[in-house]
Amino acid sequence: MNNYAINNLRELEAEAIHIIREVAAEFENPVMLYSIGKDSSVMVRLAEKAFYPAKVPFPLMHIDSKWKFREMTEFRDRYAKEKGWDLIVEYNKEGFESGIGPFTHGSKVHTDVMKTQALLQALDKHRFDAAFGGARRDEEKSRAKERIYSFRDRFHQWDPKNQRPELWSIYNARVHKGESIRVFPLSNWTELDIWQYIRLENIPIVPLYFAKERPIVNIDGNLIMVDDDRMPKELAEKAVMRKVRFRTLGCYPLTGAIDSEADTIEKIVEEMMTVTKSERTTRVIDFDQEGSMEQKKREGYF
Amino acid sequence: MTTISPLDIQQFLNQDQEKDLLRLLTAGSVDDGKSTLIGRLLFDSKKIYEDHLSALERDSKKIGHAGDKIDYALLLDGLKAEREQGITIDVAYRYFSTNKRKFIIADTPGHEQYTRNMVTGASTANLAIILIDARKGVITQTKRHTFLVSLLGIKHIVLAVNKMDLMDYSQDVFDQICKDYKQFTTPLAIPDIEFIPLSALNGDNVVDTSQHMPWYKGKSLLNYLETVHVVSDRNFDDFRLPIQYVLRPSLDFRGFSGKMASGIIRKGDQVMSLPSRNIATVTRIIGSDGDTELAFPPQAVTITLSHEIDLSRGEMLVHPDNLPRIERQFEAMLVWMDEEKMDPFTNFFLKHTTQTTRARLDQIKYRIDVNTLEQHPSDAFELNEIGRVVLTTNKPLLFDPYHKNHETGSFVLIHPITNNTCAVGMIIDKMSADDLYSRITDPETKRLVEDGQSLITEEELQQRYRQKGVTLWITGLHGSGKNLLAYTLERQMFDKGATVVLLDGSTVRSGLSKELDYSPTDRAEHMSRVAHVCRILNDQGIITICSFISPKAEIREQVAEIIGKERFKLFFMDASIDYCRKNKPELYEKAEQNLISYIPGVDEIYEKPDCSDLILNPEDQSIITNIFTYLEQEGIFPLQSE
Repeated sequence: MNNYAINNLRELEAEAIHIIREVAAEFENPVMLYSIGKDSSVMVRLAEKAFYPAKVPFPLMHIDSKWKFREMTEFRDRYAKEKGWDLIVEYNKEGFESGIGPFTHGSKVHTDVMKTQALLQALDKHRFDAAFGGARRDEEKSRAKERIYSFRDRFHQWDPKNQRPELWSIYNARVHKGESIRVFPLSNWTELDIWQYIRLENIPIVPLYFAKERPIVNIDGNLIMVDDDRMPKELAEKAVMRKVRFRTLGCYPLTGAIDSEADTIEKIVEEMMTVTKSERTTRVIDFDQEGSMEQKKREGYF
Repeated sequence: MTTISPLDIQQFLNQDQEKDLLRLLTAGSVDDGKSTLIGRLLFDSKKIYEDHLSALERDSKKIGHAGDKIDYALLLDGLKAEREQGITIDVAYRYFSTNKRKFIIADTPGHEQYTRNMVTGASTANLAIILIDARKGVITQTKRHTFLVSLLGIKHIVLAVNKMDLMDYSQDVFDQICKDYKQFTTPLAIPDIEFIPLSALNGDNVVDTSQHMPWYKGKSLLNYLETVHVVSDRNFDDFRLPIQYVLRPSLDFRGFSGKMASGIIRKGDQVMSLPSRNIATVTRIIGSDGDTELAFPPQAVTITLSHEIDLSRGEMLVHPDNLPRIERQFEAMLVWMDEEKMDPFTNFFLKHTTQTTRARLDQIKYRIDVNTLEQHPSDAFELNEIGRVVLTTNKPLLFDPYHKNHETGSFVLIHPITNNTCAVGMIIDKMSADDLYSRITDPETKRLVEDGQSLITEEELQQRYRQKGVTLWITGLHGSGKNLLAYTLERQMFDKGATVVLLDGSTVRSGLSKELDYSPTDRAEHMSRVAHVCRILNDQGIITICSFISPKAEIREQVAEIIGKERFKLFFMDASIDYCRKNKPELYEKAEQNLISYIPGVDEIYEKPDCSDLILNPEDQSIITNIFTYLEQEGIFPLQSE
């Protein structure tokens, strides 16, 4: 027996830092995708640690669907300034100008144009050859087999039959021009690990994760918050104040809240351990069809 | 719904945070009930969320295989395609947690063509669960899985004998399987094997110990997984920090970042950089939580040193008294992972720790049949084939044998055109001196080497050097101008591109013939040695220029015999004795006063050659030109390149 044991969080942390440094060392033009969510916040903290006391040597990029919760945008701008992040914000200009939105075009079109296409445009524009994402394998069935370095062809497509073997902690960073790698340093983290780490490291997160009285409309069983006046009047009128919180964050019309009293991290974990509903079910986009996440991945979404 | 008080949740979180992580691999086929077993581990450890379950109930009705019961296997299958086929096609990672530990399961399919999946899953695992169907016992597949697990250096195996319910929970059946398995695994030297009888379907010995098998006194599977000791499997002995990234935020900070591959490093330790071999002292260790006194694997750290040394990505910090191997050539077990068959002449990229270099295959020693463990000769590996190879890299690798150090003993081969990870390897060790010989397998080559014959032909040498390897032997009296001619000739031939070696009396006598005097016997021995040196050099295609008095025809004859008559070209410096006296007056005076002896032309006969190849007059201005004309006419130098 010896004292050189490492606890699970520190082991996951070390693994992620190793991955982040490896990407910074081997790719010419990497970027870290920042979604403003809790996983992204953890990932950014890990990047800061990986290069401390130097600055993170690559930019962060947020794909703004223009339908994010207002609190998310405020949070993003505040921390980017405070921490001195090199933050790029991109959106699908064409989609935005033609007024694409979930209420008018449905979740499928909106997600495709304002999220997937916006992301692909931005990756092409900046010619990034590696993009970090905060996805975890335990989030959803089709992610259980995802590599840490996920290879994308020059159309950003993911082919489940054409992924490289990944052994030990040796990652293959070789790509041809135009091809890229999506990198998932949090692959082995679970939702509980993320909360534990936020608690341990005191990482600021968007207040929407904590329970509070909010104006809520029940749309087909999803608790949708009235975040601005773009919600159709006939829906917004039905809003009632409910104490809710969000388990994941995205476009407000597509992100369902849950009734909750959890206003601290401890209470959130307690709620998680007792109320069993996996986190992605509060995202409306998943309901479209069975295996829909796999479909989106093939098309280039994370 | 149970409510947890705020105090409890704090305790829960604090306790949860301190749990360690066990990474395990499950191997076995769908028929063995593997998915059911994992499904139950996940389910019973209460980590399967409500909505996963409701989705499961929906799916079971459509394509379930387990009749009316919940099909646990459906919890696991990830991709649509595989769900339709009912088999898994890749490595899937699952996460669960108990009060004692967190677990990551690498779930790999058992079908033969998926060796590469199992190898992938095994590469990061501390422990492997190998599933056996109690009705079938130890079968070929079991052996294959066990071999792969041992190949990847997993130290703990659980042999899970499943479907005990279908064999009436018989102890005899279980004992026989254990016996068979032990017999098979003895030569594989796996340090820790645990045998557990269970029924995944009914939950016997999965989480709780079974009522049906009172004869089994061991732990349930989950209980075993929670308690097996794996921390000491890590290498804490040999400090290796492969440099990943050099941090240089300002002029006064230079930090070397990397993941601790093995060993322990403390502040104040003396460390050595490799391959530059500079020594420095560790001044700071920055861990993920700030400055720390020491670091150990698998922590990610940044280290600062007492002074600037030459160190960059791909290089390594070690303790000066404990070095890894620093070699370009080594042997490894290689697993071919690519759909495309190996082309053994590929100039691969090899990634090892943080270094990428080029590598080529020198030799395929054998392919190993994973079913029988028999060795077969092979010219090239196909997908899922495994074998022992010899590799040479462009840059030296800083490695340890895989069995001692997984981090510094593993590598991947990347195809230079497709960029695919086409093979993965585990280093056995550098080539031992004894082994170098066995590299030669071609029977003709072997015969030549055994006979001491070069593998390079005379023609190849002539093409390379544009010359024939001959000896230009200049004979003549003391003072005849032999040496001046020899040195001038060497210089001019060199200038024209010849590869020449000059041998003369003083250089040979100062070393090779040091103990010999000028007596006729010793002189003969001296000449014989010179002749042997010439022969070796001529064999290698090199022209030798020899400047020796060599007064006796008999000795010159002997020299020609040794070198080979057709390669021995005798040049005679035909100088008069007066000319020689004028050149070396002191020597001749002493000889005439008998102060020295054995001086040809004075107290000893100089036998003029009867038939020399060239007679040279030292006073002739065109002496060198004449020699070059001769060399060209005779087809010695220069030869026209083809």
